[in-house]
Amino acid sequence: MPPDVESVAEQVFAALADPTRRALLAALAANGPTTATDLAALLPISRQAIAKHLLLLADAGLVTAERGERRRVRYRLQSAPMRVAQQFLAALARDWDQSLDQLTRHLDRIARRSAGAEDA
Amino acid sequence: MGFPDRIERTVEIAHPPAAVWAALTTPDGLSAWFGQQASIDLRPGGWAQMSFGDDFTVEMRVERVEEPSVFGYTWPINGLPKDDPRRTYVEFTLQPVAAGTRLTIVETGFAQLPPDEHDKAFSGNASGWASELGELVDYLDAA
Repeated sequence: MPPDVESVAEQVFAALADPTRRALLAALAANGPTTATDLAALLPISRQAIAKHLLLLADAGLVTAERGERRRVRYRLQSAPMRVAQQFLAALARDWDQSLDQLTRHLDRIARRSAGAEDA
Repeated sequence: MGFPDRIERTVEIAHPPAAVWAALTTPDGLSAWFGQQASIDLRPGGWAQMSFGDDFTVEMRVERVEEPSVFGYTWPINGLPKDDPRRTYVEFTLQPVAAGTRLTIVETGFAQLPPDEHDKAFSGNASGWASELGELVDYLDAA
C-alpha cells in the first residue's frame, strides 16, 4: 500500500474536523467551482476567514484554484482524497461480527428444524 | 499504521463444514443470514448478486471455489461510486474441527489505491465535470 494513503486520509479528516471547512467543502460540492467572493455570499463567514481556510484546503489537495470567467479565481473540490478517506470508513463500517452471529443463528435454526423432522 | 487494510475473524461453529458451505454459497443460505435476496453462479469468474433492502444491491465476483474448504469473492467498497474499480477480496476458509467448523473470514484491500487514483489524489489535476461540460459545449458549438 502506498505510504501516503494514511496521510491523505488524515488530511481529509483534519479538514472535516473544522465546521467552517466542512461548510466550504459542502458549498463547493453543492455548487461546483466557486470564487471566494461567491462563497462569502453563500456562507455566514468573513471573506478573510474563507481565504485562510481555502488556502489550507488547497495545501491539503482538497481544493484546487483555477482561472474562471473574467480571470477570477474559482475553487474546485477535489474528490479523490475524499474517496481515500471513504475506504478508511468502509473498513471501520464492515461489520463481520454481526454477520457471523447471524450465520451461526441461521445454522442453529436449520439444525433444529432437521432434528425436529427426524423426531417426527 | 492506522489504516486497516485487512480484517480477519475466526469463529467456531457447532455445525459441519458441509452445512456452513451451503450457507455461504447458495442463494437460500446467503439470503437467510447475509442479504435479503441472493443469486450466485458458483464458479470462479461467476457473478453473484445480493440485495440489502431497497435500492442496495452488491455485485460479487466469485474467485475461489474449493468445496468445502475455501470460498472467495470480490465486491465493491461501500461508499465508493458504483463504477469504481476498487474491490475488496473476501475469503472464507472452513476447517473441520471436533466441535464442527472453524470458519475464518479475511477481507483485504481497504487501503488499495490504483496508480491513476493516486495521481489524482496528489497532483490536484483539475478534471471531471467542468471539463466534460466544457467538451460538451465545444461539441455543441461546433455542430
